[in-house]
Amino acid sequence: MNKKTTPREILLDDRAADEQMRVRTRRSFLTGGVAAAVGIGGYAWLKTRDGAGGVPWPQRLVLGWNEKLAHAYLSDARLLPTYSLADVGKLRPNGQFGLEGDLDEDEWRLKVEMGAGMPALALTLNDVQALPKVEMITKFCCIEGWSVVTRWAGARFADFTRKYFPPGQKLPEFVFMATPDGGYYVGLDAKSALHPQTLLAYEMNGEPLEEEHGAPLRLVIPVKYGVKNIKRLGLIRYADTRPADYWYERGYDWFVGL
Amino acid sequence: MAKILKLKHLAAIRWFHWVNFPLLFLMIWSGFLIYWANDEYAVSIGSLQVFHFFPDWVYNALGSAHRLAEGMALHFVFMWLFVLNGVLYVAYTIFSGEWRYLAPQKWSAFRDAWSVVLYDLRLRKQMPPQDKYNAAQQITYTAIICMGIGSVVTGFAIYKPMQLYWLAWLLGGYEAARLWHFLLAFGYVGFFVVHIAQVVRAGWNNFRAMVMGYEMEPAKDVAQELGAHE
Repeated sequence: MNKKTTPREILLDDRAADEQMRVRTRRSFLTGGVAAAVGIGGYAWLKTRDGAGGVPWPQRLVLGWNEKLAHAYLSDARLLPTYSLADVGKLRPNGQFGLEGDLDEDEWRLKVEMGAGMPALALTLNDVQALPKVEMITKFCCIEGWSVVTRWAGARFADFTRKYFPPGQKLPEFVFMATPDGGYYVGLDAKSALHPQTLLAYEMNGEPLEEEHGAPLRLVIPVKYGVKNIKRLGLIRYADTRPADYWYERGYDWFVGL
Repeated sequence: MAKILKLKHLAAIRWFHWVNFPLLFLMIWSGFLIYWANDEYAVSIGSLQVFHFFPDWVYNALGSAHRLAEGMALHFVFMWLFVLNGVLYVAYTIFSGEWRYLAPQKWSAFRDAWSVVLYDLRLRKQMPPQDKYNAAQQITYTAIICMGIGSVVTGFAIYKPMQLYWLAWLLGGYEAARLWHFLLAFGYVGFFVVHIAQVVRAGWNNFRAMVMGYEMEPAKDVAQELGAHE
């Protein structure tokens, strides 16, 4: 701070003191007025920018940095807390997007697309169930702010990828998943999808998945908010570029990591 | 006759203060948009619900329903500016030595603060002796910094409750951290109400000093002070 322009004390005769106060008051209020105008103008500018899902691009930029930070911290070695059976609550089904039509479970197939030039697969539930079965009791956190401890069983997506993704090929950075009708879809970073606690789940609380919870197969990914835990999987596509995401297009974060 | 202009608030402190005001407002507003999505808190006596945070008419009046995504996108951007301003403020008060005026220096500050409250409520005739700020102000201005730290810590605990579950665990779990985060927001609103009332009561000179820095006093007070010390 400049000691010359803002001394701790200024002793003046009456008139000079009043004049000093006037000058300094005017100057400060002008500065303050300009600062307030810049702040309000800046905010108005921000709110009128375009961006993905209606979120102004400068905000998307910062949210992207948050994402990088969270992504850097995410580790396969850092497992999320697991709970005991006594902690298990009742998970309320939330969101019916992509589940509107009836599903014939005998006809159901899980389509798997590896990328350009590589074969696509159509798997049955038995194919998924042939992978090592993993049971876990984890917390399901909704983006609305509530959470429920739930018991799941299924195959690790990491095991699934090891078995079905062509060996020798470079693993893409992203995974896209969608319901059979394409009505709901999520984009995932491969690191989160391959986390050891990410399951292709076919059982909930010891029973086969109920329809409202995504029968016959759903994603359970406790490192993400519930919105990424897509129900009634119909398609898994490995992707080199960041895939579309239902809620991202509606103003939410793409990463929504927990 | 002479007058003396005394620098009451350093320029940096004034900037931190006025920058914090809209930032904190924006954090509370966006937090309110987020809270709507799971507005589970209420004050109850037994099974009787006395007040629900918040009744529908509040959301309707403020037009704040169904704006979770917008709230999150604001909260997780402006949080960095709020934290940065707070960190710079605390660092500045430490390096400038200003913290000596702002933080209570003796245990008797708590007793003095109570005397200030009684004085303000006109239950006591005299203010206890004070430096730049009275003991009640010192405790409040220190508490508000602790609250800020509390908001940031509980905020991160509920922002990444899985990756930072150790933090949530230290705070008593996700639910407890979320409740504290909410209560602290209420604390700021409470602080704001009292703060504005006190500023109005203290008058124009005091308010002006927060904008331009100086307060003017008749120099005879200086002479009297000098006389008193002889």
